[in-house]
Amino acid sequence: MATARRPDRTWRRVTVAIPYLWLFVFFLLPFAIILKISLADPIVAQPPFTPTFDAQGALSVTLDNFLFLLTDKLYALTYLKSVLLAGAATVLCLILGFPMAYGIARAQPAARSLLLLLIVLPFWISFLLRVYAWMGLLNNYGAINNALMWLGVIDQPIQMMYTDFAIFIGLTYSYLPFMVLPLYATLERMDLDLIEAAQDLGASRTRAFWDVTWPLARAGVIAGCLLVFIPAMGEYVIPYLLGGPESLLIGRVLFDEFFVNRDWPLASSVAIVLLLLLVVPIVMLQRSQTSEAETTA
Amino acid sequence: MNKQSRFILAVLAFGYAFLYIPLVSVVVYSFNDSKLATVWGGFSTRWYGELLRNDQVLDAAFLSLRIAATSATFATILGTMAGLVLVRFGRFKGRTLFSGMITSPLVMPEVITGLSLLLFFVSLQGLIGWPSQRGFSTIAIAHTTFSMAFVAVIIQSRLAAMDESLEEAAMDLGGHPMRVVFDITLPLIAPAMVAGWLLAFTLSLDDLVIASFVSGPGSSTLPMYIFSKVKLGVTPDINALASLFILIVVVGLIIAWMTMRKTQAR
Repeated sequence: MATARRPDRTWRRVTVAIPYLWLFVFFLLPFAIILKISLADPIVAQPPFTPTFDAQGALSVTLDNFLFLLTDKLYALTYLKSVLLAGAATVLCLILGFPMAYGIARAQPAARSLLLLLIVLPFWISFLLRVYAWMGLLNNYGAINNALMWLGVIDQPIQMMYTDFAIFIGLTYSYLPFMVLPLYATLERMDLDLIEAAQDLGASRTRAFWDVTWPLARAGVIAGCLLVFIPAMGEYVIPYLLGGPESLLIGRVLFDEFFVNRDWPLASSVAIVLLLLLVVPIVMLQRSQTSEAETTA
Repeated sequence: MNKQSRFILAVLAFGYAFLYIPLVSVVVYSFNDSKLATVWGGFSTRWYGELLRNDQVLDAAFLSLRIAATSATFATILGTMAGLVLVRFGRFKGRTLFSGMITSPLVMPEVITGLSLLLFFVSLQGLIGWPSQRGFSTIAIAHTTFSMAFVAVIIQSRLAAMDESLEEAAMDLGGHPMRVVFDITLPLIAPAMVAGWLLAFTLSLDDLVIASFVSGPGSSTLPMYIFSKVKLGVTPDINALASLFILIVVVGLIIAWMTMRKTQAR
């Protein structure tokens, strides 16, 4: 028995060790390095930050970068703006995505698979090119302004490109499928008899929706909102292409701080603060997904 | 339940229009003869021809495809192992950390992943001299790391839904656990592995932010090339490139959908 067990153990160990080591080296260690550099001072050298231990071997760390982020108004506003824009896009995705998911879940089975396919299809087309498509639409001489002028609604093109409005539309457009899919998954499982029962017992349609449908769909709503909000917070491409020079979202600030200003310690601190802001939603998402897995199992 | 309220139908129509009008407009404008991307100058396919003669685009596309194929293959191997470990191996030391490291890349903002990996590669270069230059290998490693998480999730849900009795029977009959995995488990989860590979491949082809961080001078992937051009505004040849992308995806999905319907019908 002992001899039979040995290869069994080795096999197990190897199977665990390979992905474990990979993630440890290429995922966890890099985070440790971000943290280390966020505690350093920027200097003009290669690499452009002070070492954690100075020449005498004494620990040399500083919280200056974090203090700067906390006291500098521009950064506080940028974080706030990122939260607000990502939040607004999440709300619009929910307002649009809930009725869509509901409609798909209640459609005829044949139509349902086609409607779902049409939700998933944009995922497979390059994200960058989908954002790019909006540049053509929102332009001063783009399709939307041309159509409105042709209809006589406006005589001057409305400035839509390079505004926060454009970022808001871009975020909503890009992340709408992330909202529809989890909502569809919960709504599709829902027992329709419950709504009918509520209505038979005299509840109005609105009442039945808020008292029956909405609570039952809560898991999907939470998952959908977090799946939109979390990536929207760190978005770089959308504010860069659709937003104006003043539309600084945190993802873009981080990128510029690193590549344009070459301030590696500050860029690392920006990343750590962003991560801290996202810890609560990320943990919520993982909780909701494990509880989801338990209820289905 | 066939009667849908008018409100639901209206939102559905609006939602799909919202999702597809931008794509349709790109395709329409890709056939625009005018150099000014927003003014209609008659029907033409000249931009497609110019695209195919543009060496920069072709080089970038070739690099992207090589990175995508390499990272998808590694991600499928590592992700399948990780999925197996999470579903079939029960408890072991450090399991919480392991499952945390699997799920975190799924939701990590790309700017953070990209920055952390770049700083890691720079430190590593200072310590051991590798990677002496950033490009193909660093991008492939970065893409493998974040897409293996997606593969692991797909494999995990497939394994969780699968009956364990076949594997147990093979084990009871004295099969070595490694042989049981290769002879029984892997063939059963092969479709999930294919799905995982395809997802990892697309994720890699699609990524701009992480690749921008970890690539070096002289190696631009296709998204990096596109981004450098569209930063300056709408251009007709990128319209043509986008339309080609859309065409490939639509044709691929129609084929996948039809084969799925056929297998369902049987």
